[in-house]
Amino acid sequence: MKRYLPFVILTFLVLLPLAGLSTYAMHILILVIMWSVIGMAWNLLGGYCGQVSFGHAAFFGVGAYTSGILYQKLGISAWWGIPLSIIVVAAFALVIGFICLRLRGPFFALATLAVGVILRVSAENLTGLTQGDLGIMIRTRTWVGKTWYFYIILALAAVTFFLVRKTIDSKLGYYFVAIREDQDAAESLGIPATLYKTIALCISGVLTGMAGAFYMNYMGYIDPKVVFALHDISIVTIMVVMVGGAATYWGPIIGSVIMVLLAELIRSIPVLGVAYQTLFGILLIVIIIFLPNGIAGDWPKLKRLFGLRGAS
Amino acid sequence: MPLLSVMQLSRYFGGLAALSDVTFDLHKGEILGLIGPNGAGKTTLFNVINGFHQPSKGKVVFKGKNISRIRTHKICALGLARTFQVVKPLRRMTVLDNVVASAFLRAGNKAEATRKALEVLEFTGLRDDGDTLSKGLPLGKRKRLEIARALATEPELLLLDESFAGLNPTELNESIGIVGRIKERGITMMVIEHHMKVIMSISDRIIVLNYGEKIAEGTPGEIGHNPLVITAYLGETENASG
Repeated sequence: MKRYLPFVILTFLVLLPLAGLSTYAMHILILVIMWSVIGMAWNLLGGYCGQVSFGHAAFFGVGAYTSGILYQKLGISAWWGIPLSIIVVAAFALVIGFICLRLRGPFFALATLAVGVILRVSAENLTGLTQGDLGIMIRTRTWVGKTWYFYIILALAAVTFFLVRKTIDSKLGYYFVAIREDQDAAESLGIPATLYKTIALCISGVLTGMAGAFYMNYMGYIDPKVVFALHDISIVTIMVVMVGGAATYWGPIIGSVIMVLLAELIRSIPVLGVAYQTLFGILLIVIIIFLPNGIAGDWPKLKRLFGLRGAS
Repeated sequence: MPLLSVMQLSRYFGGLAALSDVTFDLHKGEILGLIGPNGAGKTTLFNVINGFHQPSKGKVVFKGKNISRIRTHKICALGLARTFQVVKPLRRMTVLDNVVASAFLRAGNKAEATRKALEVLEFTGLRDDGDTLSKGLPLGKRKRLEIARALATEPELLLLDESFAGLNPTELNESIGIVGRIKERGITMMVIEHHMKVIMSISDRIIVLNYGEKIAEGTPGEIGHNPLVITAYLGETENASG
């Protein structure tokens, strides 16, 4: 049964638009799926390979701008940004990896944090390329309805899910986890740590970048503050994975459902205003203290907590 | 040609000479014991051979190739594996997965890596612990997991860094048995050990380090009677050589 769960969920989601959901419900679904792509991508690098990135907005933004600049400067459909972002983001990730992956642990995290900020500032100032704070707007949207956007991001999510699973089950996955657990031990077992960390960063970055390119097409508008956002992208990415469960297949998906719904819920409370971010902070603290492995990782603990010990 | 030659090797940390001018050869099939008081530079020597540190002077030649400036993972791929004194299990991986991860070095796919890993677990008597998370293993078995993991990379030369320390008598005998069987497989070994009875019984030759310098080299019998060694290491009392 458990083996077929991904297929059951996928089939359910494929059929879902036939139910005639409201535009708002579809929008939320699309966001949830997009965030689970970013979460799964981050999880590969941060959860499995142990390289915690605080700058995934950089990859998201580069993907989004690849799409946007294609449209703005070359007049080509922004959809070409999705395949093209694979090349652009991979090249970008190689450069970032070359610089940042010599650093370990917290130093790598800080370096990626810096990369995210550097890119935001660059995008704000390279007005010739990015139009700076004006942003890039797609004047004619491809579709008015949400259905096709939904299917595109769903396809991307399905590819990501199976790609991550395939990767983790292979030599790559074993090497990633070995590097996470002890880089010195890994190297003395013949694992070229820098190479495999770079591979993890590239796969993770490319998947995130594709989500970014999709975002450009879906939202129709980007500017540096939105796509290179430290809090709204980089930190939320980490929270999606932490809440759901790092180094688990389902964690990022569970995390994105919770985070997107929660964000919608507390944003709709008018008295809170910007204070909704405080609630996120508190949530993260609670999760780290009580469910350090996230919901998927601490599932047995949660079951016990709610007395759902089951028949076993 | 010796399997491993260490030539005039020195390694400084700032002004401190952790190793100075150490020279020795290691021949195929041999077990070379490495002893010396705490801080004598034994683990540093392993770290230099294994590529964690680069030599400040001198060189290390393995299978005729100068490996002094080669990265750790490549040295392992050449056939030189090691264990760690302070064990480094991949904690949140099962014992089997620990060994599978290192077996991938010489395996094309997961099935092959798993088969090799199971074989090594059988060989080191860890088969029953395959599904245990390695952070849950008692120390004795963690030490053996170190050996298993190193073996899974199919080395020609194995460096064992205090693989017998902290073991109870039963575990000690098992580990000595494993080392004997590794030798039967034709794998050359270099062994750091404080446990005198063990090192004297398993080694073909022993070298002694003190303050980073090699002060003696010879058969266990010779080392046990060498006055320099007795002064530096075994202490000055009459009955220490026993």
